[in-house]
Amino acid sequence: MQLSELRGRSQNADRAFRWLAAGAAGIVLVVLALIAITMTDRARPVLGRMGLGFFTQTTWSVPTNTYGALGFLYGTLYTAVIAIAIAVPISFGVALFVTQVAPRWVRRPLVYVIDLLAVVPSVVFGLWGLLVMAPALGLQPSYLAAGIILAIMITPIITSLSREVIETTPVTDKEAAFALGATRWEMITATVWPHSKGGLVGAVMLGLGRAMGETIAATLVIGNTVHVTANPLAPGYSMPTVIANEFGEAEPLHKSALIALAVTLFLITIAVNLAATWIVQRSMRRSRGT
Amino acid sequence: MEPALAMSTPDLPPDLPPPPGGAAIHAERRSAPAIEPPAVFELSDVEMFYGAFRAVRGVSMKIYKNQITAFIGPSGCGKTTVLRAFNRMHDLTPGARVVGKLLYHGVDLYAPEVSATEVRRRIGMVFQKPNPFPKSIYDNVAFGPRVNGTRDRKRLDEVVERSLRAAALWDEVKDRLDRSALGLSGGQQQRLCIARTIAVEPEVVLMDEPCSALDPIATARIEELMRELKSRFTIVIVTHNMQQAARTSDRTAFFTAELDGATDQRTGILVEYDATARLFSNPRDERTENYITGRFG
Amino acid sequence: MSAPDLRAKPGWRSVKDRLMTGLMLAAVVAVLVPLAAVLASLAARGGGIALASFPDFFTQEIPRFSRRAGPGMGPAVIGTLLVTATATALAVPLGVLGAIYLHEYGGSGRFARLVRFMATVMTGVPSIVMGLFVYLLWTIRFGFSAFGGALALACLMLPVVIGASEQMLRLVPGHLREASYALGATKSRTILTVVLPAALPGIVSGCLLAVARAAGETAPLLFAVGAAKAFNWSVLHEANTALPSQIFGNALDVPAAQGRAWGAALTLVLLTFLLTLAARLVTGRFALKR
Repeated sequence: MQLSELRGRSQNADRAFRWLAAGAAGIVLVVLALIAITMTDRARPVLGRMGLGFFTQTTWSVPTNTYGALGFLYGTLYTAVIAIAIAVPISFGVALFVTQVAPRWVRRPLVYVIDLLAVVPSVVFGLWGLLVMAPALGLQPSYLAAGIILAIMITPIITSLSREVIETTPVTDKEAAFALGATRWEMITATVWPHSKGGLVGAVMLGLGRAMGETIAATLVIGNTVHVTANPLAPGYSMPTVIANEFGEAEPLHKSALIALAVTLFLITIAVNLAATWIVQRSMRRSRGT
Repeated sequence: MEPALAMSTPDLPPDLPPPPGGAAIHAERRSAPAIEPPAVFELSDVEMFYGAFRAVRGVSMKIYKNQITAFIGPSGCGKTTVLRAFNRMHDLTPGARVVGKLLYHGVDLYAPEVSATEVRRRIGMVFQKPNPFPKSIYDNVAFGPRVNGTRDRKRLDEVVERSLRAAALWDEVKDRLDRSALGLSGGQQQRLCIARTIAVEPEVVLMDEPCSALDPIATARIEELMRELKSRFTIVIVTHNMQQAARTSDRTAFFTAELDGATDQRTGILVEYDATARLFSNPRDERTENYITGRFG
Repeated sequence: MSAPDLRAKPGWRSVKDRLMTGLMLAAVVAVLVPLAAVLASLAARGGGIALASFPDFFTQEIPRFSRRAGPGMGPAVIGTLLVTATATALAVPLGVLGAIYLHEYGGSGRFARLVRFMATVMTGVPSIVMGLFVYLLWTIRFGFSAFGGALALACLMLPVVIGASEQMLRLVPGHLREASYALGATKSRTILTVVLPAALPGIVSGCLLAVARAAGETAPLLFAVGAAKAFNWSVLHEANTALPSQIFGNALDVPAAQGRAWGAALTLVLLTFLLTLAARLVTGRFALKR
């Protein structure tokens, strides 16, 4: 018996397949590296010119080549906060209803329908928001209008994640609360809430990340005016929306500024998403371990 | 006057011969000092269904005040199912149905106008695996009284101390009432659950295999606790440990399961229910004797 | 002992319980109302133009003068199909191969863990950032084309396909692989002939969902595809157009153009709903259960 007899002919093909698959997996790294390299490279000119002032000034003036992004940072944050303020109570309410109140036969179809909300493309929400919702509510394009549309769009994801977290509450804790004569709401505050708190925070943060990165729906209803104000009815601007609006006709330095905005947006949303994922996973692990 | 709320006449234990003379003597007996404690629960032909499946059939019995009544029998014969019917826990299971009369001091527990929350305030339950809330020791015991309206801090302090003492846990935790209940040992957690249950001052405490997750020493402490609590509460305990039933209970009910040959489903039935001493030394039914002597089970 | 009164006691507790349940129900309504409103608007405003003069809406070019009312959106429909199909052809094989590497070969090695982490990061990249990236890498050199948009969409789809596929591969029971090895098959053969077919329904479902999401993306199209008005069947040459970018562009235009936007929106929503429905059907009937 020779060693070569046991080796088999298909060894090379097998190894080739492994390398092919590894290459495919590696494309993820290549793409991300390319994004990082090309975008930071193009962002450098404007940062060289403005320095840290890029992040602290609100003046964004193309003719004078002054680019201060604070107004857009503010707008991104402000619309996201409005969206969260509207979406979170509704999402929690729906998640609690589906898991604790609704009779069993209602749950599946209800979840099915709510998830359809996540399928509607964001541009359609933008169109509807601009031409139907805002006029119906008597709203001009403003932070509030954008916040409402974003709220509608992030509700499905917060709801879905909250549902998963809430369902890890141990049944025996719930039974103990009922056995002591608690009403359903008392049971929820005594057992569901303490167990789910951490995970729900993560779900909210995931929604926050999504709201900050959402471009198209917001662009149509935000008002496209830099406005650092607490008045939600004022027209505003945000990072993704200004990029979408101004990139087409921009000169090189202008383009560089917009790309710098994109990089900033990228880093912020990545940070929020990663933190959120970590929090949710930690909470689910804890709940199951108890 | 709603007949459903009227009190039923006290009945005689099954082993005494029926009184001679009929109604007159019966009335005389009613005014004479009671021979045995009044009945808290009276079950007449109670059956339990999950959907179309009959899990338990034909249970008729009485549970007496300030006694420890034990439900024993092999697993899967309906002991826990019957126990959870006493405090309407089956309401939480969709498709579960209780048929027959389950009277609590003459009131049908399953009458439409009866509120499950009210029932559970009077009939508490301790579960198989200790399940303290993820709160402090103090907040666990105070949960019941708080939920029922007691807000005054001093009164809550009193209730918490009283309940923890009655559960023989006070000395061990009195210096760390603010710490999480989840830091206690298994046996301590179970005693905490008992304290939590008696803090609302129910009349009845149901116990579903309370010691099965505990070591023998913790078990012995809980059994001792049960004997102390008997004077204040009526206790019904499900246990798969025969010796525990023999050690602690006043009356014992033996359940077994009948196999339906056609559907391969098992339906629980009550075989025998008697004073503990008599059931263990001189059982009337052959199935009881087989179980007790270990021939099956 | 007097007979106990077991009727429900009136009082704050039961009122609070019922109030909270009511609020939860209100939250559910608050979620369903926008969904219904959007669908109603689409049917009312888009149905007329898209279906009344069937099949003109899908076969006619986009009017050169936007003031002219009436159909069609033919080029956009073709564009969406071209861009999405090309993106799928790029992302699915790479994503599935990548997932195969991660689960069957990589395990918990350093490379695999890095790729998984970066894939999670990549799912959080805002679509506008991806659009800018493709602009810098492709459009500047090769101009607008359907392929540029496909590149951007493929980058958005890739991490989703990898994640869903890896999840499905994980569900394939180990004993299937062992049986194949025991018969003398190589690892690559086992994967291709035993594991992949078993996981296929779930992978197909995940890919359908990824396609649905990609079809609805707008931002990458603005930076890579362009806004042609005539039919363009070529993937590589010349600017093209697609439904989302047309909707976006026409939303801020004259009412005649807005009418076409509604028709396009209806078409897009129908497309994404169909893909989602197909995905759910495949999951329901065929996929491995958790």
